[in-house]
Order: sequence, then C-alpha cells, then structure tokens
Amino acid sequence: MMAPAAPSVRRRRRPNFAVYVYPVVTVAVLFVVWELLARAGYFPRYILPAPTGIAARFVQFKGLIARELLVTMEETLVGFALSVVFGIPLAMALCASRTFNCAVYPLLIGSQVVPKVALAPLFLLWFGFGLTSKALIVFLVAFFPIVVDTIVGLSSTEPGKLYVARAAGATPLQLFWRVRLPNALPAIFGGMKVAITLAVVGAIVGDFIAAENGIGRLLLSANGNMDTELLFAAILALIAAGIVLFLLMEAVEKLALPWHISQRRDGSGAAP
Amino acid sequence: MSKEYDTGDGVIRALDGVSLDLDDGEFLSIVGPSGCGKSTLMLIAAGLVPATSGTVTIGVTPVSRPVTNAGIAFQDATLYEWRRVLENVLLPVEIQRRDLKPFRRRARELLAMVGMADFERKYPFQLSGGMRQRVALCRALIHDPPLLLMDEPFGALDALSREQLNLELQDLWQQNRKTVLLITHSIQEAVFLSDRVAVMSPRPGRIAEIVAIDLPRPRTFDLIEAPEFGRYSRRIREVFASWGVFARGPERQAPARAR
Repeated sequence: MMAPAAPSVRRRRRPNFAVYVYPVVTVAVLFVVWELLARAGYFPRYILPAPTGIAARFVQFKGLIARELLVTMEETLVGFALSVVFGIPLAMALCASRTFNCAVYPLLIGSQVVPKVALAPLFLLWFGFGLTSKALIVFLVAFFPIVVDTIVGLSSTEPGKLYVARAAGATPLQLFWRVRLPNALPAIFGGMKVAITLAVVGAIVGDFIAAENGIGRLLLSANGNMDTELLFAAILALIAAGIVLFLLMEAVEKLALPWHISQRRDGSGAAP
Repeated sequence: MSKEYDTGDGVIRALDGVSLDLDDGEFLSIVGPSGCGKSTLMLIAAGLVPATSGTVTIGVTPVSRPVTNAGIAFQDATLYEWRRVLENVLLPVEIQRRDLKPFRRRARELLAMVGMADFERKYPFQLSGGMRQRVALCRALIHDPPLLLMDEPFGALDALSREQLNLELQDLWQQNRKTVLLITHSIQEAVFLSDRVAVMSPRPGRIAEIVAIDLPRPRTFDLIEAPEFGRYSRRIREVFASWGVFARGPERQAPARAR
C-alpha cells in the first residue's frame, strides 16, 4: 500500500506564476470588455458606468469611502471576534454535555432559520444605532458556521488517537486539550473562513437597516442619488476589503497549522 | 496475569468465552481470520473497551479502567498530525506529567534504534507509512510500559518494511523483555516473534489452540526456511483448516479474507 521510501518531503517551490498571473489576466480581460461595453453606448451611465468612470469617482471620494469602509470593517471584526469567542466554547459545551445539547440546539437552529434582516430592526431598537447592534447582527450571521464546524471537528477524532492517550492514562481533560481540540483545529479554521465572509454580509445588513454610517449606508445613498459610479466604487472597495480579510484569515491558519495536509505543496493538498 | 472475557458487541457476539493468560515478559501473538474479534480482545485487555461479561486482571487487580501504563500501537500509526516526531514519541510521558528531560534522550535513543534519528523535527505527513509505524512503536515504548499491546502494527506496510520492523521489534523486545500481546493475521510474523501463538476461531472468536513456539532467539529470517518453523506454521494452518477458514464454496463457514 505504501512505498517504503519517504515521499519527497517538501518539493522545491516552483515559481508560481500561474497563481498570480491567471486571476490578474481574468480580471483585466473582464474590465476591458466592461469598458468597451459601457462605451459602446447601449446603456445609460446610471445603468452601466465604465470602469474608468468608476475609478475616477473612487479617487474623487476616496476619503469618504475609506472612512465608511473603516466603520463597516470595525463592525465586521468586532462581530467576528464575538463569533469566535462565543462560538467555539459553545460548540465545546454542546459536545461535552448531552443535556446542554438537547436544551440549546433547537434554539440554535431557530436563530439560524429566522432571516437576520428581520431581526436587525429589533437589535437597533434594543441597542441603538451604534456599533453594538451591528456587531450583534454580524455575530448572529457569523457564529453559526463556527459552531457547526467546531462540533464536526471535535466529534470526528479517530478512536485510535484517543486509545493511545487513554492507554497512557489520559484524563478526560487531557483528552480534550491534547487530542480532540488540536484535531478539530482544521475544521475550526474552515468554519472561521466561512464566518469571516459572512461577517461582512452581516455588517452591510446592519448598515442598511441603521442607515447611519458605514459602507452600507454609502451604497444606499449612492443608489438613491443614481450615482452608480460611486455605488460601484464602494462595492469594489468592499470586495477588496473582504478579500483582504479572507487572506488574513488564511495567513493566520497557515501560521497556526503548519502540520496540516493543506500546507503541502506537492499537489495533494488544497492550497495552491 | 490472567484474563477471561466473554463479550458481545451489540447483538454480534464478537468473542465467546475467551480465556487467555499472559506470563510476565512473554511475547504472545494472537492470529485469527478477519472479523474474529481479535482487535476487540486487545482493546478489552487494555481496559479501553468494557467486556460484556468476564474480567481482565493484572496480577490480582481487576482492570475496569484503562490500563494506565500500557504501550499501544495500531495498524494505522495514529500519530498526532499536529506534533512533530519527537513530540509524538513523548506523548505518553507528557500525559503522565513526568519530567520530560530524561525522556527526551530516551526518545532519541529509541528513534535511533529504528533508524529515525534524523527525523525528529518532521511532521507525520512528511513521513512514509513505514516511518510512521516506527514512530508509533517508539511512542508505545517511551514510558517503558510493562505491557505492550499491538494490533496489526505492520499490517499496512509493504512486505520488506514489515520484515525489517519484525527484526527491529525483536531487538527492542530482547532488550526490554516486556509482556507483549501482538494481534496479527500473518502466521509467519506470529511464529517468528512469539513465545506462544494463540489461534482464534472465526466469529464468535474463541481461542482454538495455543501453540508454544520453541525456537532459539535471536531469530533470523534464515529460520523461516527451517523445518521447525514450517512445522509450527503448518500446525496453525491446520487449526484454521479444522475451523473451515480455508474452505471454499458451500462448506465455507466463515469469511476468511486473509490478505
């Protein structure tokens, strides 16, 4: 089944042009086609503004966009932090106690089937228009994948790994800290990667409903003014910020899990 | 040390009235067809899985909780992917909250003994199957447990690595004289390594016969060609045959998927 020789441990990294070149080329082609289409004159500017026009508007309003984006990112990060801080221990408790599991699980599902947009006005009513209510909306959106993936990770420990520790006399607490939790880390990080992207969505929902500040409010007002160029500029800034957040999350994962299969560079892992 | 079990796994009766004694410092192998419950037997012996009825005793103390001082190894190396080789080997010592310092040296010695001296900083995913199994063996021995339990530890390896590790295991055992319970489906491996071989019947597993292997040690692979060795192997095959393990067609009593 397995070769007696060691597999080549970490292949020398090939210059990874493809990883950077392909997406850049794709996006460039997309923008060129878009520009040509916008200039062809089939659509009015408020329907399909040209990328160059959007860029000009971005430069014009970069201070405003940056300010509002910062507000939204703050909501996102605070809400995401709450999701991690509460989601992981919640999942641990759900795994540890059957009673707690029975008592809380329906509540958990209930919190997810209700559309978060429907709850947002209530949160604003309770917690005001500030950071608190929006961070809570983000939390509500983002904590669920963390809880689910943490549970999956914690409950999928190979029996053999537990036997080895138990045969050495491990206590339940040791089994948890030394086997189950590290074993669950890849799944937990998977959940956090999903959560960070959802967190941005939650923050925008909060901005929309509160309509006071944040990039969501900027989107609304640009839309109201039929300033589609500004709308696009704000959306693109939001996309860029979302990607940066995700990449940061991946960087943290790489640092935390140097041992994981996804870190392999010989093509058997998922990471490029 | 004496043990008696009688266990059912749900409605399936995996083991039926199994009774087995292990002497101190003895190397005992259990051979049996797939699904005869030999793995279950080992887990019960380690106190990791409760027996439905019957008892396991070490000396005069019945085992109801996991034996806290056994070394254990499985077919799958079950290394912790998040630990480097040396940290994997040291796991039992860490769990027992003993001073790591002297054991770090011992871990290096053990790794060197199985030719893994240069790999202590590697992660499991960077090792081949045979290397992982060597690390698992070192981990099972690090805390110098009086009892070593192994379930098909070399079952997933290619034939060459397997023979190599058989020799290494014999060396390790001769230096430490632990009580060893080895589960295997390789008759050759059992005869080569053991003082006694317990032959199990198809499910529900019973001890069909215990064959004492009276061959001089250290044994080498030349011995496999020797007539005495062949006699022991043949004896074990005869026991299997009498239980219908090798039978084909309608008279076949139990699946014998000996790989």
